[in-house]
Amino acid sequence: MDLITELTILVLAAFVGFEVISKVPNTLHTPLMSATNAIHGIVLLGGILIIGAAEGFLSNAILVIAIAFGTINVVGGFLVTDRMLEMFKKRPMPPAKGEVKPAPTKAEIGQ
Amino acid sequence: MTLPVASFLTDLDFIRVLYIVAFVLFIVGMRMLTKPSTARQGNMVAAVGMAIAVVATLLIESVGDYGLIALGIAIGTIVGVPAARQVRMTAMPQMVALFNGVGGGAVALIAWGEYRHALGHGGNPELDTLIPILFAAIVGSISFWGSNIAFGKLQEIIPGKPITVPAQQVVNALLLLAAVAAAIAIVTGSESQGLFILILVAAAVLGNMVVLPIGGADMPVVISLLNALTGLSAAAAGIALDNTALIVGGIIVGASGTILTNLMAEAMNRSIPNIVAGGFGGGGTGGGGGGADTDGKTAKSTDAADVAIQLAYASRVVIAPGYGLAVAQAQHTVRELADELEKRGVDVSYAIHPVAGRMPGHMNVLLAEADVPYDALKEMDEINPEFAQTDVTLVIGANDVTNPAAREDEGSPIYGMPILDVDKSGQVIVLKRSMNTGFAGIDNPLFYNDNTSLLFGDAKASVADVLTEVKNV
Repeated sequence: MDLITELTILVLAAFVGFEVISKVPNTLHTPLMSATNAIHGIVLLGGILIIGAAEGFLSNAILVIAIAFGTINVVGGFLVTDRMLEMFKKRPMPPAKGEVKPAPTKAEIGQ
Repeated sequence: MTLPVASFLTDLDFIRVLYIVAFVLFIVGMRMLTKPSTARQGNMVAAVGMAIAVVATLLIESVGDYGLIALGIAIGTIVGVPAARQVRMTAMPQMVALFNGVGGGAVALIAWGEYRHALGHGGNPELDTLIPILFAAIVGSISFWGSNIAFGKLQEIIPGKPITVPAQQVVNALLLLAAVAAAIAIVTGSESQGLFILILVAAAVLGNMVVLPIGGADMPVVISLLNALTGLSAAAAGIALDNTALIVGGIIVGASGTILTNLMAEAMNRSIPNIVAGGFGGGGTGGGGGGADTDGKTAKSTDAADVAIQLAYASRVVIAPGYGLAVAQAQHTVRELADELEKRGVDVSYAIHPVAGRMPGHMNVLLAEADVPYDALKEMDEINPEFAQTDVTLVIGANDVTNPAAREDEGSPIYGMPILDVDKSGQVIVLKRSMNTGFAGIDNPLFYNDNTSLLFGDAKASVADVLTEVKNV
């Protein structure tokens, strides 16, 4: 792929990144940061792409560590984000949402 | 000859289509992450996108050495999964810093690996590959070391207060200059792994030097900034390796991370250059802070029984939580206390400062864990006008975000930061471990006000004592 095509993709994707995050409630800043953090772990693919051509122990070691780091970033990042968001699960939604909610559970009536 | 199916699967166009599917899932997932009701599914959607991108890459024909790839992924999984599973909610911010750091480290190592490969096959690569490699090496290395320092500070391995060395800015500028000069030397024809390693090392020291002087209270913003930087460096690596998944995944994080960093900095009324140039107390103002306001005044301490009586006979109580609540894991006990008060007809709500705790939303997550109803959590702008009608405000382990010096004392390092106006309520009770200053290292004149009393001790134990006393009132 030529450089200009890549730069085109880069610039357009940057605008998507700006737009997608334009309006976020404070509550979700931390989970969102954590999730985007996991997404840049995609650099793991870079390690996978070039390790086949690596020669010698040092080059291989450098890239195995890179793949391990990338994997920690991806797997850990998504799991931690899920744990944060899990806590929002049981929370009753603000009434203004207008969503159809299932009937309250016994526990909720009990409160 | 390969089978038709196999050749279709490894066709580069098919792989690019899979990448496009992954991008769609990333973008939809992030979109969903901006709403509380869909956030959790959004995270999963993005994770599925990532899995597709990884599988697609493994299908590429030129990819080899599956044994080593499996080894790397296995090590990463064995380290990453338990770390993410077992970390306590209070330690979440430093975990994010650490995960961000290893991402930056991966970028720097990949840049190094690619440069070594090029040197072994005819020397420096073309400029459109070489320049992104050098950029990725510098930024990745800064991000790795900067994030590790941020982790160390939040974990309190390294003191949270700003650490400065003489002529900090000059040293930083020289380090950046050294890294850039070495990069230029390589670009203009030097083929030397030594120079490349020099770049990595200079950027590493720079990463340490930039984050060390930043005060703890600014740390969330710094982590977000480093997150954006790692994204940018991943995108640069993508250009070097001609891989669209890296370009798109990296730059989306780079762009959204920049926006997020700005939102956080705005919430603290700080500018990003201001934060990076040296944190709270950076210019020797550390001790000067609220000194003038506190001269000759002493703080009053109180006991659980007294607090219980004030709370039980109040009609309106606001709880302002901070990092101390997180450290003490007091969220469940606090909710029990709120329940007990509400049984007595007291109106209880929670005042959530945008940067209370160590990350925006930190308090929301903790209180949600304790099943505190969503509508009881009030954001700063909503609750501030209500303090005047509040009988008792219970400040639990929060300090800097309640410091009136931010409003009144122009000499204070935090002057101008929006705060919770807790001092405007009838009585203020501050639960604190000791008279130590907050994370930013600034004295808090709130503690010396006539309507303020302090209840010393671990937040959870203190709240439990108050709860017992309330039941006896």
